[in-house]
Amino acid sequence: MPLGLFIFLAAIAVLSALGVILQRNPVHCLLALVLTLLDMAVMFIGLGAVTVGFLQAIVYVGAIMVLFLFVIWLLNLQAEDRGGSRQLALKFFGVVGAAVLIAELFVFLVKAPSPAGMNHPPPLFGSIASLAGALFTNYLIAFEATSLLLLVAVIGAVALARHPAAAGSLSPAQGAQPVASGGSEARPVTPEHKAGGMG
Amino acid sequence: MAQLNLAAISYSWLPICPLAIVAVSAMIVLLVGVHVRDDESESLGALTLVLLSFAFMFTLGLLGRSGIAFAGAISIDNFATFFELTILLSVALVVLMSIEYAPALGISAAEYYALLLFSTLGMMLMATAGDLIVIFVGFELMSIGVYVLAGFLRRNVKSSEAAIKYFILGAFSTGFLLYGIALIYGATGTIKLAAISAALAGPLATNPLLLSGLGLLLIGFAFKVAAVPFHMWTPDAYEGAPTPVTAFMAVGVKLGAFAAFLRIFMVHLNLASAHWSWVLWVIAALTMTLGNLSALVQTNIKRMLAYSAIAHAGYILVGMAAAGPQAGGAILYYLLGYAFTNLGAFAVVIALERRGTAGDRISDYRGLAARHPALAGVMTLFLLSLTGVPPLAGFLGKFYIFSAALNMGMIWLVIIAVLNSVVSAYYYIRVIVAMYMQEGGAEPSPLDSRPALIAALTVAAIATVLIGLYPNPYMAGALHAFTSAFGAVSPTAALLVR
Repeated sequence: MPLGLFIFLAAIAVLSALGVILQRNPVHCLLALVLTLLDMAVMFIGLGAVTVGFLQAIVYVGAIMVLFLFVIWLLNLQAEDRGGSRQLALKFFGVVGAAVLIAELFVFLVKAPSPAGMNHPPPLFGSIASLAGALFTNYLIAFEATSLLLLVAVIGAVALARHPAAAGSLSPAQGAQPVASGGSEARPVTPEHKAGGMG
Repeated sequence: MAQLNLAAISYSWLPICPLAIVAVSAMIVLLVGVHVRDDESESLGALTLVLLSFAFMFTLGLLGRSGIAFAGAISIDNFATFFELTILLSVALVVLMSIEYAPALGISAAEYYALLLFSTLGMMLMATAGDLIVIFVGFELMSIGVYVLAGFLRRNVKSSEAAIKYFILGAFSTGFLLYGIALIYGATGTIKLAAISAALAGPLATNPLLLSGLGLLLIGFAFKVAAVPFHMWTPDAYEGAPTPVTAFMAVGVKLGAFAAFLRIFMVHLNLASAHWSWVLWVIAALTMTLGNLSALVQTNIKRMLAYSAIAHAGYILVGMAAAGPQAGGAILYYLLGYAFTNLGAFAVVIALERRGTAGDRISDYRGLAARHPALAGVMTLFLLSLTGVPPLAGFLGKFYIFSAALNMGMIWLVIIAVLNSVVSAYYYIRVIVAMYMQEGGAEPSPLDSRPALIAALTVAAIATVLIGLYPNPYMAGALHAFTSAFGAVSPTAALLVR
């Protein structure tokens, strides 16, 4: 990867990382985090770690970030409330944590071996082709079983989340009766978590 | 593009035939279920039974075969086949119990039977796995299906509570298991069980990384077999889940988890038994004692059977602590008898359960003998077998396990186990006393309209007596199954696995 490109990508990474912590709206913070992670994925690919780059994009941006977004929507988080006195302890520990991380980074950079002294991996190491080779030979059974596992998760989610009226053979009148001693009606969706909020 | 070296792997379909049949069956049931009307869901149960019997036939054909397939991911031997057959039989009984139960409670049949079959697939995968990744995926396949099944009564708060508790704690235990696998991989550089056991012969045997990995693996399995101190979820999950699912959890999940547990520890990590045997000693003693003492005070029969299941896991762990081929064979025999006995007991619970007021209190069993002598009779049979009264299956299972432990010099553990059996007699016989010597109680819904449940009860009762009266073929089969798995770990076999 040319040095200019790296500097460009690194600048975007730092800027978007700052965006994560400096913005007020959680959704904006999250979008900045997505940008950071995507930028890192591009860097990985530029450095030749194609598989890691794609995994970064798929797993972090595709799956984990969407999960974050769901949680934010579910809890209906608004712009954060700053300036409370109890935030002081949080800030203190944040500063201490950042200091520890910087110290660790410094130690690693000083002690890092020069690229010349490193073992070079075999040519196709970490490539998509070698990943596919491993998945479809040695780990074929685990791979296929995982696809079934995802199918089970989908079936289970549908079975649990389907509207009760659609489930089973109960007519609406029967369905309204509690099924067992501890039975209760399905909880109605209360409007309070929509109307409420922290802002 | 790198060329895939396909020739280096043996893609023999034979060893995974039963697995493939069960997987395809689950999808067939799901697809057919779309076209089956809700009031005809019995036919879906019947279809599931037919498909299961296909899988059973194919598995029977695998008896006596042994070998390694798919680069060591699948190891087929009589040990795996024995477990697969037992699991398939248990699931068939669970399906029989569900056929009339599911429509009565408004359970949507297609998803129910499909998830049951997928969980079965996970159990069979655990029984026949040759490496830790396949065991892990099988573990998850089994667990996720059962989490959902436990919460199938969506209008019932207890069912939802059972599913949530089981899911949260189960996910936690999966984390332990996966971390253990990662540490073992870090220590030995392989996930193939045969290669790990070969590595144990070398200087790695006391590697702290490997031993911590073993410890975490043990915690993961102890969660699934409900051993103390990882048993907290059991009573709530067993009580809240639909009763056929409870039976499935008490028997099927235990079979699957013990299959992998036994294969990893007693077969492949046998060389390191000095490191884990004493841990299992302690866990076994705690599990038996706590399970039996807690069962004494239960008033709900499903909770009582849950604590009884914990206690039985303790008896099996006594055999595991003894670590040897004799104990292994005894455990397999024990599990076979336990499966039928426990499924039978849960089938009686289903017979007494009714809509609205679930008849699952022990007081509901009062006077059952006067109203339904046959039902009370088979319940007595199952409870006596669980207690360990000769000549039923439960007695010989305990006898073989305890004598194997005695042969290994674990006198104190056997004394604790026998004392526990005496304690357990109290709460099992309390139900029998209620059925025969007390008045009142609940009226079970008429059995005449439930032929599938009667079939399940009959099969379980006959098997409980038969396995106890003619133990020799089963015990010989179990012993042979276990020793054949031992044979597969000879150094030459380990070398074959790359």
